[in-house]
Amino acid sequence: MLCDECKSRTACMHIIKIVNNQKTEKNLCAECAKAAGEISLSFDTQSYVHDFLKGIFNHGLFVDPQMLRGQESCSECGMTYTDFNRKGKVGCSACYTVFGGQFEPLLKRIHGSSSHTGKIPKRNGGTLKIRQQIKKIRQQLEQYVINEEYEKAVLLRDEIKNLEKEIGLNGKGE
Amino acid sequence: MSMENLLDQPFVHWMSSGAQDGDIVLASRIRLARNLEGIPFPQRANGEQLSQVVSQLKSSLCDLNSNEQSDYMFIDLEKLPLLERLVLVEKHIISPDHAREASNRAILVKQDTTVSIMVNEEDHLRIQCLMPGLNLVKAFTSANQVDDIIENKHALAFNEELGYLTSCPTNLGTGLRASVMVHLPALVLTGQINRIVNAVIQLGLTVRGLYGEGTEAVGNIFQISNQLTLGFTEQEIIDNLYSVVKQVVDHERTARGGLYADTTDMLVDRVWRAYGTLKYARSISGQEALALLSDVRMGYELGIINEGSHCNFNELMVITRPNFLQKMSDCPELSGNERKKLRAQIIREKLTNKD
Ligand SMILES: [Zn+2]
Ligand SMILES: [Zn+2]
Repeated sequence: MLCDECKSRTACMHIIKIVNNQKTEKNLCAECAKAAGEISLSFDTQSYVHDFLKGIFNHGLFVDPQMLRGQESCSECGMTYTDFNRKGKVGCSACYTVFGGQFEPLLKRIHGSSSHTGKIPKRNGGTLKIRQQIKKIRQQLEQYVINEEYEKAVLLRDEIKNLEKEIGLNGKGE
Repeated sequence: MSMENLLDQPFVHWMSSGAQDGDIVLASRIRLARNLEGIPFPQRANGEQLSQVVSQLKSSLCDLNSNEQSDYMFIDLEKLPLLERLVLVEKHIISPDHAREASNRAILVKQDTTVSIMVNEEDHLRIQCLMPGLNLVKAFTSANQVDDIIENKHALAFNEELGYLTSCPTNLGTGLRASVMVHLPALVLTGQINRIVNAVIQLGLTVRGLYGEGTEAVGNIFQISNQLTLGFTEQEIIDNLYSVVKQVVDHERTARGGLYADTTDMLVDRVWRAYGTLKYARSISGQEALALLSDVRMGYELGIINEGSHCNFNELMVITRPNFLQKMSDCPELSGNERKKLRAQIIREKLTNKD
């Protein structure tokens, strides 16, 4: 179906407007919809994400020149970075380590520069919870040192020592 | 609920009425994406690895049953004809993708249908909990419980920085997608919907139509969900969605009130006409049925009509979907016209059924 507005591109959304009980219906392409200030009320999240990922790759922003020559592949599942470029899907959990460097800018674009703060599986989360706690306290401690609140800093230092002992770090730090 | 009932009976738990904010919120859904450690994600796994995932998760069935003291069914999707899989999509028990690709795919469904686990969809596991009304916390508690039981038995793909590892980078971290299905006829009628949808998007959430497939919001039903999964705790994600949905619900209620006050005669007429058409039509398209049911549902919530009060409009919105109708008929291939006739007949029967 062609777009009602430009009559050249394929229409990708159907827009129903009801103003004063008058209903109008239009089939628009993405460009004309944008120009008319209409938004798609029901965009498909999957394809949206897909376009978004493709958009990034097509601009060549994050293609590592080495990847174009080398074609390194994941030893666990065989995925190459080109495979990922094409599908936008990661092959296995090892890929996240193998392609860590290449993924980083992409993940930053999607999620901001964040790291996981949610649930941790008991089985393989190991000492992560405590280590996250130590990281938080250490940041607080630095703040105290900057503010010259040494009494408070000392308390936190002890707290860190105890937590480190708990996970067998013996105060060596990270 | 047996397998037969799951497919034949239109009613599933999420369609219940009387839940919190049930006049506007149809259902709340929580989905957790998880993968087993050491096996490639479904898109890159071979048949053997996929069936390994299926059998591993099948072995969790008894843990789920004893821990939750309930009855989970294991359903091999390969053994289910396409039509029956599509019915499960219309009931929001599985995703359209899961229905399309069935080999080495399975589901584990709790008897009351509140919890379902898709095996080998985009990720090895998609734990899903569906509750009627605005009930994100309860839905999350249930899904999380199931996650605990599974995690207890199987090592899950997890990384300290990235959290739960998923096939699509957009699900990393918590792997949590929380969504709420809302019915917003008054915001659409009063032309405020674009503004509201824009505001919701600005707040980091996504909005889409009922089945996420077509290009319009059928029956004025929208789905609002979180977009970011990494860097926030599960609680934060749910709190954010809850408070935004609460505001949308308030706006819709205000719009309904305003619409009723300003255009009483017109609105009353519109609702009754919709009811009349539904009650007497001999042939009706899915699109028209949903549009009219939307009007009647609003009229019912506003107290304009109470005829058909025994009738569950959430349920009707599902029964009138094409695959469901096909399943309900004995005829293997309904034509478009036959489907329209059957749809009209079923709606008539539901609306006149006095109990
Ligand atoms: Zn156009
Ligand atoms: Zn891999």
